[in-house]
Amino acid sequence: MEKQQQLASKPIRFLYSWLVFFIVWLGFTTTLQIPEVLTGLFVSFLLAFFYYDTFTGWGFKGIKLSNIWWSIVYVLNFIWLMIKANFNVARIVLTPKMPINPGIVEFESKLTNPYAKMVLANSITLTPGTFTVDIIGNRFYIHWLDVTTVEPEQVYKEIAEPFEKILLKMFN
Amino acid sequence: MVQILTYLGYFLVLLGAIFLFLGGLGIVRLPDIYSRLQAGTKASTLGAMSLILGVGILALRQPGHWNWFIKAIVIIIFIALSNPISSHALARGSYRHKIKPWTKEDIDAYKDYIEHEGIEKESEEIKNE
Repeated sequence: MEKQQQLASKPIRFLYSWLVFFIVWLGFTTTLQIPEVLTGLFVSFLLAFFYYDTFTGWGFKGIKLSNIWWSIVYVLNFIWLMIKANFNVARIVLTPKMPINPGIVEFESKLTNPYAKMVLANSITLTPGTFTVDIIGNRFYIHWLDVTTVEPEQVYKEIAEPFEKILLKMFN
Repeated sequence: MVQILTYLGYFLVLLGAIFLFLGGLGIVRLPDIYSRLQAGTKASTLGAMSLILGVGILALRQPGHWNWFIKAIVIIIFIALSNPISSHALARGSYRHKIKPWTKEDIDAYKDYIEHEGIEKESEEIKNE
């Protein structure tokens, strides 16, 4: 029930998804000619009509100045971590002996917001060397290419903390 | 300015090509489906992203082609959103089809969940619906 109280009203969610779909359309067509824009309005209207329920829960409430700032920080931080991890996996693949020790580990996340958990899971997956196999409640199951520890607290420090310290600021 | 864009664009395209190659090499060399997902989907993520971004930047050199850059950004965001979901679904599906992960030290926390609580609880939930 608590989750439902957070949701924005249906027309607002509909308007929000219409706007987002329309912006994506503008990004793809990159033109302001009248027929193109009208087609875009119509297509994004249809899409928003069918998918607003699954597309967004908050509507415009999620957009705040502090959130935008933390998103930028998060994206930059994420790109840096991703590049580092990519070189790490490249090193593993290129080493003749293949120094890997794969396994599935778990840790508990401090996040409560479902969107924040989704962002964390997707970031872990996009970082090479780790990916999310499943999320049960607050427990994340992570397949790790080069396991160094199986203690949940240590795993949390190694994998999740760089992302989560920013996400906690963003989503509270 | 044009020269800087040229160098930056070709550098990104080259980096992308290298990472895509390493992703392919990883698929051949790594032992099981889960590790191969790591190489195949992840090493190629940065590869595809920087390659597409490089193409977008190279197109910026010609006047009137700035829209390529915006399209490249939209495609990169789309990859960043869809790639993790597909690899997560593949891994979870494989695990539930009882494909064992290849491990050296038998590290498998997910097995405990599946064997002790998961499947029973989930099938009860399905019955209740």
